Amino acid sequence: MLSILKTIWAVLLHAFRRRETVQYPEQRPYLPPRWRGRIILTRDPDGGERCVACHLCSAVCPVDCIALQATEDEHGRRYPEFFRINFSRCIFCGYCEEACPTCAIQLTPDFEMSDYRRESLVYEKEDLLISGPGKYPGYNFYKVAGLAIGGKGKGEAQNEEPPIDVKTLLP
Amino acid sequence: MNEVVRQLIIVVGVIAVVMSIPPALIWGERRLLALWQDRYGPNRVGPFGLLQPLADMIKIFAKEDWIPPFADKPVFVLAPAVVIVTTLMSFAVITFAPGIAVADLNVGLLFFLAMSSMGAYSIVLAGWASNNKYSLLGGLRAAAQMLSYEVFMGISLMGVVMLSGSFDLRVIVEAQRGLWFCFPQILGLAVFFTAGLAETHRLPFDLPEAESELVAGYHSEYSGMKFGMFFVGEYLGITLISALTVALFFGGWHGPWLPPIVWFLLKTFILLAVFILLRASLPRPRYDQLMALGWKVMLPLSLVNLLLTGAIVLRFGC
Repeated sequence: MLSILKTIWAVLLHAFRRRETVQYPEQRPYLPPRWRGRIILTRDPDGGERCVACHLCSAVCPVDCIALQATEDEHGRRYPEFFRINFSRCIFCGYCEEACPTCAIQLTPDFEMSDYRRESLVYEKEDLLISGPGKYPGYNFYKVAGLAIGGKGKGEAQNEEPPIDVKTLLP
Repeated sequence: MNEVVRQLIIVVGVIAVVMSIPPALIWGERRLLALWQDRYGPNRVGPFGLLQPLADMIKIFAKEDWIPPFADKPVFVLAPAVVIVTTLMSFAVITFAPGIAVADLNVGLLFFLAMSSMGAYSIVLAGWASNNKYSLLGGLRAAAQMLSYEVFMGISLMGVVMLSGSFDLRVIVEAQRGLWFCFPQILGLAVFFTAGLAETHRLPFDLPEAESELVAGYHSEYSGMKFGMFFVGEYLGITLISALTVALFFGGWHGPWLPPIVWFLLKTFILLAVFILLRASLPRPRYDQLMALGWKVMLPLSLVNLLLTGAIVLRFGC
């Protein structure tokens, strides 16, 4: 009996506690910079697409929500012909960002993606691609990769020495 | 002629006030529960969320009003109306302020007890007519709970009747001019309030409904406004018990400075808040615990109260 009265009194005292509710549309929650939200595709500092269409993100995706097709331009640079993320399936695990060798695919602190139609949750490449480099400013995959593409031969990348000619005997 | 018009105005006024309390309680209960759970509750529709009951109304009227094919149709339709009718009938005998009463019945208290017994039919019939196992279980529980709590609800009021010497609610309130009956009748108040909780099957005594055990108990099969009627009936029930507790134990309209009707409404609203506070704080007892509390604690308590009051009234006169 006493414990019942104590309970009622304790609950009554809660009237003077601070309320925990976050009044969402007016009062924004704090989203940390590493928040795993809406997925974007970034560009390198020169404005080129970072994505080299290696399919690692779509391979690692546990819910198979990423679809893309690789193609090459006239310089030999690989890029995705289309890149499609179905956000109605995406679970925002961030594995694609971890798998990406060129820092192209990144997750951002944004969760306000609700929509009235399921189809509009399927984002195409033009919806995903942003104009900047995202979280990794200054990183340009083709500038540091050993791959020869149009305009850059073997050994011309940053921190790279000219390739050794294995057919000569000179030191 | 003048008297008839006056009486009509009172009847319409009482119905208007009483029927506007359930919507207010829909909002008030949710806001108060939220307050005690460190939340805000509905605060979006209109100022402070006051238009929330309106939005709920529109929603519930737009719902499909479905009668299951296996149900006993006439009884199924009738059951939600019974609870509202009996509760509204009880409001007729309550004297809100001097001269403001629908019927100044000299057996008002007995009339209330009779009507509240009739209210049990609503739930039992709803549980039976739904032809559903969970509803039937809810109806069975309601039958046992309401019948056993009815017993000492009546007995607990007899102390008040002895002290005031009348079943008339107006006379009972007048008898409390010097001392509110909540002091000499503290046992009666505790027993009556507990019984009132069980009669209106409010939490913590909502065993006929018991969402976590019986889906929704006796109204599992109800939808749309028929479900809404049970809800309105429940809110009317707690308003009735609050108003009666005020009239019987807390001096009715007596109070300094403010007009009598304001005092009555104020006290009623405080008791309504207590109902909601009990809902916010207490867990639901098991069914056998409920029965044991009723027959082994509350019934003896009310009998002791009856005997003590009787002895004191006999010895000292009143």
